[in-house]
Amino acid sequence: MSLLRTIKVAWEGLALHKGRSLLTTLGVIIGVAAVIVMLAVSAGAEAEIADQINTLGANLILVQPDYGRGGFGKDSGDRYGLSYGDVQAIAENVAGIHGVSAEQNTTQDVRGGDVTLTEISIVGTTPGFPAVREYQVASGRFLTQEDADQANRVAVLGAGIAGELFGGEAALGQRIKIGTTRFTVVGIMEEKGVVGNTDFDGRVYIPITVVFERFVAAKFGRDAVWLIYVSAADRADLGGVIAEVTALLNRRYDIDPAENAFTMMTQDSIIDAAASTTESFRNLLAWVAAVSLMVGGIGIMNIMLVSVTERTGEIGLRQALGARPRDVQLQFLFEAIILSLLGGLVGVFAGIGGSYLFGQLGTMRTEIVPLSIPVAFGAAALVGIFFGYYPAVKAAQLDPIEALRRD
Amino acid sequence: MADYLIELTGLSRVYGRGDVAVHALRRVDLRIERGEFLAVMGPSGSGKSTLMNLLGCLDRPTAGRYLLGGEDISRLSRNALAGVRNRKIGFVFQSYKLLPRLTALKNVLLPLLYNRSEPLSEAECRERAAAALESVGLAGRVQHRPNELSGGEQQRVAIARALVNRPAILLADEPTGNLDTQSGGGIMDLLHRLHRDGATIVMVTHDPEVAAHAGRVIHLRDGLVERDDGNGKQGVAS
Repeated sequence: MSLLRTIKVAWEGLALHKGRSLLTTLGVIIGVAAVIVMLAVSAGAEAEIADQINTLGANLILVQPDYGRGGFGKDSGDRYGLSYGDVQAIAENVAGIHGVSAEQNTTQDVRGGDVTLTEISIVGTTPGFPAVREYQVASGRFLTQEDADQANRVAVLGAGIAGELFGGEAALGQRIKIGTTRFTVVGIMEEKGVVGNTDFDGRVYIPITVVFERFVAAKFGRDAVWLIYVSAADRADLGGVIAEVTALLNRRYDIDPAENAFTMMTQDSIIDAAASTTESFRNLLAWVAAVSLMVGGIGIMNIMLVSVTERTGEIGLRQALGARPRDVQLQFLFEAIILSLLGGLVGVFAGIGGSYLFGQLGTMRTEIVPLSIPVAFGAAALVGIFFGYYPAVKAAQLDPIEALRRD
Repeated sequence: MADYLIELTGLSRVYGRGDVAVHALRRVDLRIERGEFLAVMGPSGSGKSTLMNLLGCLDRPTAGRYLLGGEDISRLSRNALAGVRNRKIGFVFQSYKLLPRLTALKNVLLPLLYNRSEPLSEAECRERAAAALESVGLAGRVQHRPNELSGGEQQRVAIARALVNRPAILLADEPTGNLDTQSGGGIMDLLHRLHRDGATIVMVTHDPEVAAHAGRVIHLRDGLVERDDGNGKQGVAS
């Protein structure tokens, strides 16, 4: 029998058992759809992270002590990390920078008007903060150098905090209490939303020196900062600025450069780090999808074996009418392949639809990976060939006399 | 010299080995002329089925030689035997063995699909299958499924299927066994007509009345031809 005829016979065989064929393909449908959806979810997560990190600004460098090493600074008395002095030093000594700022944070209850907000992030920072984080004041003003130098009790509110305490603009000039200390609201920031893990709108910005005075336990040092921002003037010069800052800090603390005592993070390095995280996530999903395809294939094998048993009489008859073992084998093999290809096709649509639906539901961002479609479809075809082979061989090996005897 | 379509020489078929060996056929010699109508009778276990399976190329003999149209087919491969079954043998079974979900036409088409030596186009296949159905008197039943046909009609579809590849021999295993007297009579009339038109027919039956239709009756017992009546005579119409 010609190949085309064999395929036709196989197709008719399936068409005669529509219900069973559909159930059989369900495993492959789910498997293929899972491959596409899972890759779309992981690509979406990756894109989401990349987008968030991109909002950091391409020129920004985050300087931190290498906390991963369990602290450092044997030579720096009671300090365990960077200090406020480093911020000045970088501003004065490193060429090619656009701005410098720092953060030393605390978590406090904030009271304003009749409202008390508990456990609010209080960011002690410097006047350079809006410039390095590309974050502008909406009304009033940001902290000034004078505020920092004199440790003025002034606060700039995130848009969300201002809204919750005073309904927005009315916050300007109001008195608030952070912990036990009274502040005057001098500015309200524009809305910026959540970037990375940071909810900009839900924070209060005060002079870093006030944090040193009022909110830091003495043992950590009175001018310790946990993070310094350096913004390079030119992106091309990022590497040079990093080298200079590192050298300066090493000099200031008398550290062997080989120690790598500081972590210099840039947008690119964070993206790289995030990519390796999402890669393992993606690998996990790929395995889950592969397993479901496997299960789908085993389902096909199962049904094909049942089908061979159930249709033994038909196989015997076909043999009597002149079907060679090879014809029988191909017929059943093609049935399995057609089943898995159909399952693959439906699965592709289900996967695309599912990815779209997940995206619309809003909890997850999904981005369909174009390559996942041919890959999943091809995998479905392989599953059909692989799991259809054994039942087909079994069918071909049936003895015509035995097979004819059954009905 | 007579024109023998089938020559069996010392044909044996043994199932199993040693002490448990079953000798289903013991050195059977049998010659069947072209155009003969032969009935095979015998009690169960006499070797009728074994003989039919060997004649039908569904099985291979343990010993002996089987010439079909001059071709020694006793040692052919499974694939080659399938080809011989397709071109030279037409099977008619007691239980018809139609595929229940296919129409009469598609059932009759089946042997054509496996015909590799004379591949026909789709349209030619349909034409031939329709002609075969017409020749058994079922021109109006082409698109019916087996469950829409009477037993006699189903057996006619089966006969059309057996004839569609123009085989050298028609092998009928109790062709009227599942039918009432009237339908069975119709089938026998049809076989007669085919015989008159030149078909070679070998039919297994346990019913002497049915066997009486054949021109020659052989009786098997314990794997041997016990009696061979009416050798060479023409069929007796009744």
